Amino acid sequence: MALQSLDIARRSATTTPAPGIRQTTEVAKLIDVSTCIGCKACQAACMEWNDIRDEVGSCSGVYDNPVDLTAKSWTVMRFAEVEEKGKLEWLIRKDGCMHCADPGCLKACPAPGAIIQYANGIVDFHQENCIGCGYCITGCPFNIPRISEADNKAYKCTLCSDRVAVGQAPACAKACPTGAIQFGSKEQMTDYAAKRIVDLKSRGYDKAGLYDPQGVGGTHVMYVLHHADRPELYRGLPNDPSISPLVSLWKGFAKPLASVAMAAVALGSLFHYVMKGPNEVSKELEDEMEKEDAK
Amino acid sequence: MIRNPKDLKRYDAQERANHWLVGISFFLLALSGLAFFHPAFYPLTQLFGGGVWARILHPFIGVVMALAFLVMFFRFKSLNTMTPEDKEWLSRAGEMMSGDDHNMPEQGKYNGGQKAMFWAMALSVLLLFVSGIFLWRAYFSLPVDVVRLGAVVHSAIAAIMIAMIFVHVYAALWVRGTVRAMVYGTVTRAWAKQHHRAWYRQVMGK
Repeated sequence: MALQSLDIARRSATTTPAPGIRQTTEVAKLIDVSTCIGCKACQAACMEWNDIRDEVGSCSGVYDNPVDLTAKSWTVMRFAEVEEKGKLEWLIRKDGCMHCADPGCLKACPAPGAIIQYANGIVDFHQENCIGCGYCITGCPFNIPRISEADNKAYKCTLCSDRVAVGQAPACAKACPTGAIQFGSKEQMTDYAAKRIVDLKSRGYDKAGLYDPQGVGGTHVMYVLHHADRPELYRGLPNDPSISPLVSLWKGFAKPLASVAMAAVALGSLFHYVMKGPNEVSKELEDEMEKEDAK
Repeated sequence: MIRNPKDLKRYDAQERANHWLVGISFFLLALSGLAFFHPAFYPLTQLFGGGVWARILHPFIGVVMALAFLVMFFRFKSLNTMTPEDKEWLSRAGEMMSGDDHNMPEQGKYNGGQKAMFWAMALSVLLLFVSGIFLWRAYFSLPVDVVRLGAVVHSAIAAIMIAMIFVHVYAALWVRGTVRAMVYGTVTRAWAKQHHRAWYRQVMGK
């Protein structure tokens, strides 16, 4: 039984309704890119709270460290140097799971209960049910989940579901020294973002805006971007992410359709036998062979 | 084992073993693959020791089937060349299906339907093998769009192939006296004369 404060909205590879008689407030994490200083306190807090230490990597010539998300690094600051109107802008984005309202990972997952979406919007991996197929990676529009080489299970940010369950903010939000990471109800966060956007616009960022992509039903991790018209400036944040049509086809209507078609062929064969009878060797031919042998 | 010394030899021991290897691996692949295809089939993973084992074993069994099929393909390829008679047979397959096969065009070792099945299976196994490689994350890492395409192709072709195998197995059960060809290699002369008359005349030297 999951924690009561984390009622389940959806469960991977499950066709019946999840327990969900209670309404819970939708939560969200808001990452204000414009006030992020790239200190990586969020990365450190994530490691500490979740008690995981990634292997020490090597410098790739940029500030990104580690250079990519891994099974042991669930959040990574991605640094982009962009020239805008003749001025250098250092755009720093804290990358990690976006906790989509319509999660591609959950849609693609074949293992019942390996991916859970709680009623508060958090999408969580339950590694004890994970079979390590990597379909979540195939389904994700943000390239987030990673399979561990140690245990072949998929890992990603949990939005500190354990902390949220007891009314705490995620570790990264708690640690952020500038308040660039805020946590609260999705409504509060949207309102807070609106204020930030007014401020940014007054400072000359006309295209400032909220990143809450509707292609995946909105997300429970949102960004305030100075250049909301060009999210790809922030180290390839997808402009209009959605679950790939190939994934929708594969895990959408093809599933029941093909299952019914296979059953129809099997049943069709049975009924053919019942209605037409077996195709037996004719008596005439058998007699003919017997006569031949008698000669 | 020869039940009657006058029975006709249709398959030798190597051919039979080869076919069974393909058949068994296909059966295991279908069961484990379906488990990942639709949640309704997920309990099938229990046959393999759970979800993780099913995920580990499926691709290895796939490699076994692909190799065994490749050998079988070269064994039987030349016997499966389509001829005009086969096309005529195929155009009249409805008569055969309705149970009246006495007026069908004379057939060699394989009829048009069997030959069409042979080529469809060969194409399916090739596509399943290639797309399966795309999905084998333990050993291969390909761009996500390639993996996505691989997933669609793999499951679509697998569903088609499972349906084709139902037809293939059913045909062997429906046409009485066929299964023994797969089990101990022989068929009766009457069976051969009725279903594959040209082959019958060829082996009897008539």
